[in-house]
Order: sequence, then structure tokens, then C-alpha cells
Amino acid sequence: MAAPLVLVVLVAVTVRAVLYRSSLAAFISERVEVASPLNAWKRVVEGLALLDLGVSPYSGAIFHETPLIIYLFHFLIEYAEFVFMVSALGNLWSFSLVQFKKQKFLIELDKYAPDVAELIQTPMEMHYIPLKVALFYLLNPYTVMSCVAKSTCAINNTVIAFFILATIKGSAFLSAVFLALATYQSLYPLTLFAPALLYLLQRQFIPIKLKSKSFWLYTMQYTALYLCSLVVIICLSFFLLNSWDFIPSVYGFILSVPDLTPNIGLFWYFFAEMFEHFSLFFICVFQINVFFYTIPLAIKLKEHPVFFMFVQIAIISIFKSYPTVGDIALYMAFLPVWSHLYRFLRNIFILSCVLVVCSLLFPVLWHLWIYAGSANSNFYYAITLTFNIGQILLISDYFYAFLRREYYLTHGLHLTRQDGTEAMLVLK
Amino acid sequence: MAAAAAALLLLLLAAAAGPGRVGAGRARRDALREELLLSPLPAGDVAATFQFRTRWDADLPRGAVSHYRLFPKALGRLVAALGVQELHLALTQGFWRTRTWGQPPLQAPAGAELWVWFQPTVTDVDKAWKELSNILSGIFCASLNFIDSTNTVTPTASFKPLGLANGTDHHLLRYAVLPREVVCTENLTPWKKLLPCGSKAGLAVLLKAERLFHSSYHSQAVHIRPICRDASCLAVSWELRQTLTVVFDTFSSGQGKKDWSLFKMFSRTLTDACPLASQSKVYVDISPKNKEKELLEVTPAPASVYEAIVQGDKRTYAVYDLLSPSLFNTSRSLNVQLKWKRPQDTELPTPVLHAQRYVSGYGLQTGEISTLIYNTHPYRAFPVMLLETVPWYLRLYVHTLTIITKGKENKPSYIHYQPAQDRRRPHLLEMLIQLPANSVTKITIQFERALLKWTEYTPDPNHGFYVSSSVLSALVPSVIAMKDVDVEQSPLFTSL
Repeated sequence: MAAPLVLVVLVAVTVRAVLYRSSLAAFISERVEVASPLNAWKRVVEGLALLDLGVSPYSGAIFHETPLIIYLFHFLIEYAEFVFMVSALGNLWSFSLVQFKKQKFLIELDKYAPDVAELIQTPMEMHYIPLKVALFYLLNPYTVMSCVAKSTCAINNTVIAFFILATIKGSAFLSAVFLALATYQSLYPLTLFAPALLYLLQRQFIPIKLKSKSFWLYTMQYTALYLCSLVVIICLSFFLLNSWDFIPSVYGFILSVPDLTPNIGLFWYFFAEMFEHFSLFFICVFQINVFFYTIPLAIKLKEHPVFFMFVQIAIISIFKSYPTVGDIALYMAFLPVWSHLYRFLRNIFILSCVLVVCSLLFPVLWHLWIYAGSANSNFYYAITLTFNIGQILLISDYFYAFLRREYYLTHGLHLTRQDGTEAMLVLK
Repeated sequence: MAAAAAALLLLLLAAAAGPGRVGAGRARRDALREELLLSPLPAGDVAATFQFRTRWDADLPRGAVSHYRLFPKALGRLVAALGVQELHLALTQGFWRTRTWGQPPLQAPAGAELWVWFQPTVTDVDKAWKELSNILSGIFCASLNFIDSTNTVTPTASFKPLGLANGTDHHLLRYAVLPREVVCTENLTPWKKLLPCGSKAGLAVLLKAERLFHSSYHSQAVHIRPICRDASCLAVSWELRQTLTVVFDTFSSGQGKKDWSLFKMFSRTLTDACPLASQSKVYVDISPKNKEKELLEVTPAPASVYEAIVQGDKRTYAVYDLLSPSLFNTSRSLNVQLKWKRPQDTELPTPVLHAQRYVSGYGLQTGEISTLIYNTHPYRAFPVMLLETVPWYLRLYVHTLTIITKGKENKPSYIHYQPAQDRRRPHLLEMLIQLPANSVTKITIQFERALLKWTEYTPDPNHGFYVSSSVLSALVPSVIAMKDVDVEQSPLFTSL
């Protein structure tokens, strides 16, 4: 596997290096799909410039990065391209180490119906999954663009990738630390707490029962680790700048969505056009949307935390307040892990077409609206809406496919009605 | 987006002691002096500057005053109630074209400009400022009530108190410009009503709205400040200065002739002085250009000629004293006329300092504001203080700020930047830039347009968004050495 991996790395690094040197880099970094107010490189540079002028970077409405990012780039501003390259490779490294093992299936094989052997992945197929994931992440045009635009989203993705690696490897401590770091960076990864905890519990063979003492003990332990690392990171940030200004400027900004710069998300248009007195209510509704799905998913997918994690990452990237294509690239990298679900997907072709066409239409309608003046924000938002519906359908398709496979695994592939004729499985 | 540079020069005050009739005012403790300065500009324009100065030897802010004579009660009570130290309000329509017209006698940016120093006793400056702008809005029928935190700034270095002041704690200063404000008759009428004689007598007779707004430039202002009562400066007097500058294009309205008269410009003539005024004078700038005398002819012949040094130039003025009985002996009204004896081809020397500003870029996403500042002095370099106020919906990126003089980067020696906060406060950028002799300095900064909520658009947004003028403050070196003389006594043109 090493040779193809090296090849992938070489190709990925070359593509990025060429794009950095080309005139496209400036164009890409101005794209609203790639750089949001939260993670645009231009704003990082502005924050550093403000710091140099002796003004708090958080006193304005431009800079919304965390203090750790300021200090990271304060020393590495000359090597920014290098940092983003390394962060992409860090992603690769962590993904390639993640062995998405399904020991559970092998252990519980005897429970399954006799004719489902073809549904279970062979070790050979499993072997290539890390390579495919790496390929999907590194060569995804979304990732390439977000890396070329130097969007700090790439760094957040790396932190989340490390978190996944630490969780899958079973290191509760590192998992909690990286989860805290990811939460500190962009708040929403908070919801990944549930899948991580479920996975770690499963790995420790602790049954998920509310009455079990060991369950509560482990949960408390993990929560304490997570909260402690979060407090340490936040206090560290406080001491770096000696002020709490970053809390409203980063987390208040994420939650209250004051900057309505268009992006591929659902917030900007909605809140630009809304009656002022409804906006607080709808901000609550929109934000709850991101966090709310965690509870039903945790109940439904408590036996399958890795899939839960994938769905949760996808939900974050769809419903977060300032999404960029870099966020989408993160969950798309996981798609090869679920290659065994392909036979159950119902409209993957249409959905991939929708996503590709929408991605191409974004710059077109942006041009019509902003430069040609022949369209308006409704046109751009229509594409945003279609793109997000495409993503939502894709995720629910995967979710139903997963449930169907589970059903077939226990009930056999060939279902029969009570009268003996072949039956169709209908999910309702 | 209309953006223009207006320059504000804080010039050294220079004058020779002029004749004053303060003695008469002393007894009554308040005095009004009215002046009109008419100066022909190149290309056939004529600038008329009115100044009405009311000086009152009373201690206004103590609130001990209840009897108002010349000083308008509305403004007096405002100063007393809100703890105003100094007030400067200007309402302007059009741009003063500094490059061709020379330095303006009174400077104001397009739209409404208000800057106020509060007294140190005022605890909540923002509240007082809000209240003040609302009251002034009522007094002058202007949209000053739209002054709020999104267009108010507290400059640190650009403004100094023009009157007596103990300290210059800039936390007591508030500055706001409404570049979109349209100035019209409804602003002029309340302004005229503040004059002791109204528009019934004196120079104010000429202020006919119909003519004043049929002009290239119109600017009216109110300045209130404390001044020394006498040379020992033990007591404080209050000065209200009402000024109005108007520029008529006589060339195009006079069938290609540059000759003008008071009647042609204002469709009125002067018949008497304001009975309440202790001084009432008309000055006409008849400075010989090109050292050729007798280029122009003024009728009636002036009673006296006054020579002064204004902004480094030697100027000659014809003076008409409306209070002297001999003036109205021959004719019942005064209609100053000016005739050019031969075609005037001289141009005003380019002013030492002038500036221009424009927006570049296309599309609605990003853009760039460029300011060009010219120093045309042949051998002297001098620093200027540049103040930029940009509304929050243009997100300035201060790391893109470049200052280039003669192809080289020019580093400002002082820079104060206060970034904007969405829907709360504007950007404030103040820089002290050294201008080398005979140079052009280009200052550029990039911005990004924010997407506004539907309620945040101004009426008729297709017309564009207005950015207020920059303010340039400079100590301009003069060719002729300046003398610092008692300002209070000197006529209008020397005290600018």
C-alpha cells in the first residue's frame, strides 16, 4: 500500500504547489464558497496587522479566529503555504492509520442470517479503505481549493482527523484533547462528543445501559477529560492576549451570525431578508438544528458509532453558520469507508450530479449577481439551497442504506412474504 | 459612491490689526459684526462669504443667563444645558474645487458635518451628543438625527479646540459627517432666523434662497466657541460665528462675460446696515494678478483700500463700510459692480496642498479607496494629518494600506486605527504622513462590501452608498512669514 500512497501524496503536493504559484490562487482565495468570514486567510492577515498596530484583533468585526491561530501564524506567517500543506498531509497520515475495523461483525457472525456473506467486507477490501480515504481527501477539488485559499478550515479538519484517529485507536485522553481543540476552534464539533464516547465505550466492552455503574464511571471520566482540556485551552488563550474578547468575537460570532457575507450555507440569505423581530427566534431554530440530531442519532446508531460520527460531521458541515467547501470535503473523505453500502443507495447518481452541477453553478451565478448585475441574491441562494438539499438527501440516502443493510444482515438477503412470494423492504 | 476629499487647513492666524468698533459693543456686553467678502475666482466664478459674528460677554454654561439680546436663545440654552464647549456645524452642497479655486475661506465637506467638544463636567458624552444632534436637527431642519454610533467617531489628533480650552482630552470630542445630506431652503431659513436682524436688514438682505441654491457651491455653518474677553484673558466671552459661502458661476450665467454685480448675483442690492450691528462691511478682492494693475474696475469707487496677507499672498481689498453715512449719500442702495478691463487669462497659483479621492474596482464584492495628496511647495516638506471615517458596511483591510510617494513607500509616523464593528461603529483611521516637497502621495486601502439586511439599505440604494470626506489637517508653510495678532479684531479673511 505504501507505493500508491506515496504516489497520491506526490500528486497532491504537486497540484497544490502549482496552484499556489499560479494566478488562480488569488481568485480562489476570494471565492465565498472557499473562504468564509470565519476562516478566510485575508482576515487572518488582517488580524495579525491589527496586532502589529497595537489594536486588539477582536475589537473589529473582521477577525474571528481563535488566539491560538493568531499565535500559530504570528510565528509561521512566512511559511503559511507550508503549514497548510502539512495540515493536509496530517489529515492523510491520520486517515491512513485509521483501520476502520469491524471486528464486531466477525465476532457476531453467527448471529447473522446465513445468506448475507456477500454483504460483509472481505479483509482485502478493508485493506484498501485507508488509501481510498486518503485519495478522496487529498485529491478532492474542494480540499485542494480550500488548501490553496489558505482557509484555516484545513487546520480545523486536521484537528478533527486527529481526533478521529485518537478515538479509533482507543486513546481516551488524546481523543478528549483533540475534541476539545476542535470545539475550541469551531464550536460545532461539540456534537462529536456523543459518537466518540459511544465508540470508546464499545471498545472497552462496556454495555450502554443507564443503570450500569461502569457506563457512568467511564462517561464521567471522558467528560472530565474533555472539559479539563477545554478549560486549559481557553485559559491558555486568555493568557496569550490577556483578555476575554475572543469569546464573543469567535463563539458569539458563530452563534449569532452577524456577518451575512454569502456562503454555501443556509443562514445568510434567510437572515438578510427576515423581519428583525423574528431573527432571534430563527437563529435559535437554525442553531438547534445542528445540535438536535445528535440525540435521535445516538439512540438509533448507538451500536455503530463510526457511522454516527460520519453522519454527525456531515450534519455539522451542512447546518453550520459559516460552511465552506472544506467542511464538505471532510465528510466526503469518509464516503469510501461506506463503499459496502453502494448497492443499497437509491439515487446516488442523481445526487452526485446535483452536487457537481451546483458546484459549477456557484461561480456562474455569483458572477451574474456581483459583476454582471443581471441577477440578484435570489439566484445565488437558489443554488445554495439546491446544493444543501442535495447534501441532505445524500446523507439520508446513506443513512437508509445503512439501516437496510443492518436489516438484511439479521433477516437474510432474500425476504419472503408470509405467502412465500418475494418481498420488498420499504423504509418508512 | 460619491467620495470627495475636502481639506481642512488649520492655518496659522495672521493679520494686521484692523479697525474695530468694539467700544460700542463693550457697553452693551454683546456685539454683532457682519462682513461680506467677495472674491473673483478663476474661470469666472465668484465666491461670496458672509460672516456674522455675535460676541457675548456672558458666562453661558453656568445657566445664570436668562436675558438674551443678540445671541440666539435656542443656541444659548443648548450650550448651557448640554455642557457644550465648542460646536461646529456645517451644511454644504457641492464641492469646493481647491485645485482651481485655491484654498477655501471656510472649509466644509459635502453634506452635514458636526463636531463638538464637550466640557469636562459632562459625564455621559455619548448621551449628550445624541441629545445635541437631535436638538440641532430640530433647529436646522436637517437630518442630523441620523447621527448615531455608526457614523460618530472620536478622532485623537485631527481636531483641536479652536477656542479657549483647558485641555484637549479627545474623549470629549465627537465628530460626525452625513455625506448624503441635501442642503436646501429649509435649512437656510432657520439659519437666517438666528441672525439678530433676520433677513430684513444688513447684509442678510442678500440671502435670497432662490439665488443661493442656484450656484455651484453652497455652504452654511454655525460655530460657537469660548474666547478671551480681553487681552488679559481672565474672563470668557462666547462667540457665535454664522458663516455662509456661496460660489456663483457668473461666466455661464452672464453670457460669457465675467463681469458681475451684487444685483446680478443675489438679485438684491444693499440698502442699509443691520441697526444692531457694530460693524458692517463689504470687502471685494481686487488684488492685482500678474502685477499688472488696473485689470479690473469696481464701481462705486471704494472709500478705502485694505491690504492684507492671506495664506501667504499679498491681497488688496476694496472696503465699503455700510455704517458710514457717506456711502448712501449719492445713491440709495449699494450695488457693487466689477468689470474686467481686458480678458482675464491668469490662473490662480496652484495651492500648496490639495487632494482628491476616488474609488476603484468593479463589481459589488471588493474595491479600493485611493486618496491623492499633492504638495506643490517647491522646497518645503510638511506633515499632514489624514482622518478617514468609513462606514462599517465597507470592511477595510488595514493590511492592504499602502502609502506611496515618488514611487517609494512612505511610512506614517503616527497611525491610529479603530476597526469598525458591524452595525455599531465606523472605521476610524488617522495617519500623520510626511509630504516631501513637490510630490504626490497616493494612499490606497482595500475594502470589501458587506451584505446588508433588507432594512439597512438607504433609500434608493442604486444611487450608491456615500462615504464621508477625509479630513486633512496641516500646517502649511507660507512664503511670507506670519504674524500672530489678536484675531478678534481682524476682518474675516485674515482670521481663517
